[in-house]
Amino acid sequence: MLLNSIQAWTSSAISSKDRNSLIKIRHLKLVLFLVCLYPFMFMLWGFFSHQLGANPIDAVTRLSGLWALRFLLITLCVTPLRWLTGLNQLVRFRRMLGLFAFFYATVHMLLYLGLDQFFDWSEIWRDIVKRPFITVGFINFVALLPLVITSTNKMVKRLGGQRWKKLHRLTYFVAAAACVHFLMLVKADIREPVIYIIILSVLLGVRLLHAARHKKLSHK
Amino acid sequence: MFIKRRKPWDLPESEITDYKVYKNRRQFLNTAISVGLASALPSVGLAKPVDELKVFETLKKSQYSTDEEKTTFKAITTYNNFYEFGTSKEAPSLYAGEFPDESEPWRVEIDGECENPGVFEYDQLVKPFTLEERIYRMRCVEGWSMVIPWIGFPLGELLKQAKPTSKAKYVEFTTLYDPEQMPGQRREVLDWPYVEGLRIDEAMHPLTILSVGLYGKELLGQNGAPIRLVVPWKYGFKSIKSIVRIRFVEKMPLTAWVKANSSEYGFYSNVNPNVDHPRWSQRKERRIGEFLKRDTLMFNGYGDYVAELYSGMDLKRYF
Repeated sequence: MLLNSIQAWTSSAISSKDRNSLIKIRHLKLVLFLVCLYPFMFMLWGFFSHQLGANPIDAVTRLSGLWALRFLLITLCVTPLRWLTGLNQLVRFRRMLGLFAFFYATVHMLLYLGLDQFFDWSEIWRDIVKRPFITVGFINFVALLPLVITSTNKMVKRLGGQRWKKLHRLTYFVAAAACVHFLMLVKADIREPVIYIIILSVLLGVRLLHAARHKKLSHK
Repeated sequence: MFIKRRKPWDLPESEITDYKVYKNRRQFLNTAISVGLASALPSVGLAKPVDELKVFETLKKSQYSTDEEKTTFKAITTYNNFYEFGTSKEAPSLYAGEFPDESEPWRVEIDGECENPGVFEYDQLVKPFTLEERIYRMRCVEGWSMVIPWIGFPLGELLKQAKPTSKAKYVEFTTLYDPEQMPGQRREVLDWPYVEGLRIDEAMHPLTILSVGLYGKELLGQNGAPIRLVVPWKYGFKSIKSIVRIRFVEKMPLTAWVKANSSEYGFYSNVNPNVDHPRWSQRKERRIGEFLKRDTLMFNGYGDYVAELYSGMDLKRYF
């Protein structure tokens, strides 16, 4: 009931402005782009103005990793939000959010390669093989690549909607592995990674519920 | 004749900011920041201004001091691991501002396998000893390091006064347990109170000190006020802070981090670049304030003094 009324309210608010919606989305995308860039600008500013404490390299490495994880989870919010509000246009922002997750993951990876290991490839390889939390982080980054490559409209068409959708379920794995990566590097206080694990569980749980409901409906 | 020619990068004397002005500006900024924080986080006490800290005037220099560049006072007092005040690096400096509560004298209990046990007030405990400056490297198990000018005295001198018996094989140290003053203890991140330990020969070693200050001033709460252990050849977590109990024991004490995770943290925890933490390498470290990482040294560079304590021991097994 609540769900229906939310949907009714939002769709009535939108439909009257339908004509302008294309222009609006373009503007909103620009705003969203700047908002998504804000954590990066903060890191740059903080790093060069010495506002990140006594160990700024560690701080930017952590922040970029954290934002990669956050953007993964934000991306996974889009579909449940669509179900909740009926605002199907939301899906138009999803690609940008996903690409920002990749952007922050790349920054995170480059900081590790450059400022933690100073591009000492033999040491890096040893790290990837020997340290499970680095292994998970590395696999995670590699797993993001096919998602990025197939993110263009052309690629969606080439793959076909169903196959594309199947491939992009990889996002669930990446998000889960990112949580594990975070959990594995914590010394004793697991509170923060656990919060992200709970958020992810809710986002995945909602999908399972939704799928179950659809099955039921289609069987009737 | 000596003529001082001014290099292009030398500032003329007239353009150098007067030290007092510079310091006032810093102080103004600090006050502004702490006031800002205080209004944002209601439970934060205003930190004691650094100028009000007790200053130690005459300090004996030590042959054990390193001449490496010291880490800044600011970094040493704002980048801390002291889980009793929270698990982030900033939490101790934010929440330990008024620690320890000065309305009651700090007491340290010395007991266990010794002939002269007793409870000592801070002044009573420290007074008999000549304070020295010891500039030591400090290597954290997490892979970063500092150079800190501690003020203190050899732990061994205090232990000798207590006259340990032949049963005293180890020394166990305990941090204060007081969730009122230490908000981090309200959550079970570790099994409070924090316990650390040393083998008796490690405890008696001249490098091992009890510290009461740094940079010529008394310790701030975040650094383990009013009295803490410093064992420079071991990972930082062995150097237990804000000590209330020193106990001579026969059996190896079960220390806080061993209790929390015995596969990752050992009783000895000597700095050792050849024995990795299960989750990360210990071969290198980032010296706070430096850009490139440097190699970690065996026993944190104190091998000449302490390697003999472990001769014949498999340090991979006894990590």
